[in-house]
Amino acid sequence: MTKTGELVQRLVLLGPGLGWLALFLVVPCGVIFAYSFFLRGIYGGIDYVFTLENYARAFDPLYLSIFLNSAKIAALTTALALLVGYPAAYLIATGPRHRQVPLLILVMLPFWSNYLIRTYAWIVLLNREGLINRALVDIGLIETPLPLLYNEFAIVTGLLYGYLPFMVLALYSSISRLNPEIREASADLGAPGWRTFLRVTLPLTLPGIAAGSVFVFVLSIGNFITPDLLGGGRTVMVGNLIYDQFLSARDWPFGASLAFLLIGLMMLLLFAQAWAVNRAQGERARA
Amino acid sequence: MTAGAKTLVEIAGATKRFGPVTAVDVLSLDIRENEFFALLGPSGCGKTTLLRMIAGFEQPDVGRILLDGRDITAVRPNRRPINMMFQSYALFPHLSVYDNIAYGLEMEGVRGAALKQRVDEALAMVRLEEFGRRRPHLLSGGQRQRVALARALIKRPRLLLLDEPLAALDKKLRGQMQLELKRLQHDTGITFLVVTHDQEEALAMADRIALLEAGKIAQLGSPRALYERPASRFVADFIGVMNFFEGRLAALAGGRAEIEVDGLGRLWAETEDLDGAAVGGPVTLAVRPERVRLSVAPAGAAGQNALSGTVVGVAYLGQDLIVHIGLPGQPAPLVARLGSGSHIADDLVEGAAVRCDWPPNDSRILLV
Repeated sequence: MTKTGELVQRLVLLGPGLGWLALFLVVPCGVIFAYSFFLRGIYGGIDYVFTLENYARAFDPLYLSIFLNSAKIAALTTALALLVGYPAAYLIATGPRHRQVPLLILVMLPFWSNYLIRTYAWIVLLNREGLINRALVDIGLIETPLPLLYNEFAIVTGLLYGYLPFMVLALYSSISRLNPEIREASADLGAPGWRTFLRVTLPLTLPGIAAGSVFVFVLSIGNFITPDLLGGGRTVMVGNLIYDQFLSARDWPFGASLAFLLIGLMMLLLFAQAWAVNRAQGERARA
Repeated sequence: MTAGAKTLVEIAGATKRFGPVTAVDVLSLDIRENEFFALLGPSGCGKTTLLRMIAGFEQPDVGRILLDGRDITAVRPNRRPINMMFQSYALFPHLSVYDNIAYGLEMEGVRGAALKQRVDEALAMVRLEEFGRRRPHLLSGGQRQRVALARALIKRPRLLLLDEPLAALDKKLRGQMQLELKRLQHDTGITFLVVTHDQEEALAMADRIALLEAGKIAQLGSPRALYERPASRFVADFIGVMNFFEGRLAALAGGRAEIEVDGLGRLWAETEDLDGAAVGGPVTLAVRPERVRLSVAPAGAAGQNALSGTVVGVAYLGQDLIVHIGLPGQPAPLVARLGSGSHIADDLVEGAAVRCDWPPNDSRILLV
């Protein structure tokens, strides 16, 4: 094919996707980015006067603590997802082939229903009169209902539930790529199962751990539905803060600067993860 | 190996099924101390399953595996004094060559100077002293194989298992590694059990070979015994090239058999044991290509096992010449192999009439 022919083919194939992203992602982001450098209008609009005040304000201890608290909640969710997800992913990836597909479908099954609806379902499960509390009272384990809803426990539970599949899938793809003979070689050389895991399986699946952790962390830290519904509507995470700036406080420039700080943090993590995965894969491809 | 050497591994009536497939079928086998033993067979014959049972990665459904007289059937792989060189080598990609080789000793709790000394020795043994700090992906295929070998040998196992050790190497390197493996086996005094589908490899390296067919031993013996005295048509066919003549046993006396072959008349073979052979029953006569003597035919042929035929094809292999000869009534041409420097080489052209014969004691009678 000629050079121009190739170019045309590429444009035809890439065009729709790239066009869509450019129009509905890059342009709006650019608008928001621009807003973040202007002043808030008196009636909630934009005063087109350049300022860095919005970014300075974001580092106010009040807002910084919300950022940090969000990071804490996201980190806790990520750690739990890793702890719960790794054994599951390991069993699926090392099990017989014919059982892997049905189990993976089960992992992805929750995606078939709406995230909002699934989050509401947790309210039904966790509230004072909910299924869990009532069951525990009925069997006599507790006398008064436990405070399961409208706190950080509920937020972490909801986020963990929502994003665990991402962790499992990322780990699954990493573990299933491991040559099983490598684990056998470790056993053959005298390592009991736990040492094989620590010395061989875990280091070789670090790219999967990094990918799954970044997924869960990034999705969790930016989430505002779960803290809003399960956290009781108090502004505890940065997602809610941004939401409030745009819809309640009507301070779009400040909301935009917060949004960009969050995007910056996420980008940083994604680049770090891509770099780690690239390095590990380069090594494995040649090994 | 001398006969009567001590038995190291005893496989006693082992059976392994995978669903409807019986991979290993009530198989019994002794491997002697300090021998180079080869499990040979086509793919799917059960040789790898047998190897994995000895290593401990598979459990026999029935039967036992003994090492030095001790039943190790239920012992986990990490507790068997047996090490394996995997077909994929299975080197740890995240560890250096040095750390790969040290791994097994570290698991035994060897530390510090003792560890370093033994790893250095192992590196020297496979001539990789300069490569300790490298990661496996920076090595060539042959070097990786030597790392895998050093890693498995450093624990001084009672038995070293090698799964298709030369399959991933190119032909020239394969020849070198055959000698290298023989040398290592000799120098270390460790018993080697190699699994291979390549009969030349088994013939070149092994003291004894077990040829497997469908989970059972088709024949067990020295390379020479398998090549020269195959017990069945399967063995004769698998090891090397063989010419077969189907016929009926016409007479049997004094270790000499006469076979009636349709279209060719009588052929003779010397045999030691033909238990179960009935005069008049179907038998197969087998003769190796290099045993067939060719001469440019005068009209007609006389003498024992003398046949007249026509050259239907000649292949020049450099050192040797492979000649295909059409014989009356035979479905497949007779294959003969002779040195390319032979004085009749120039006369062996397609369509030439030739006379072939072989001494009766160079052919075998096969009942199955």
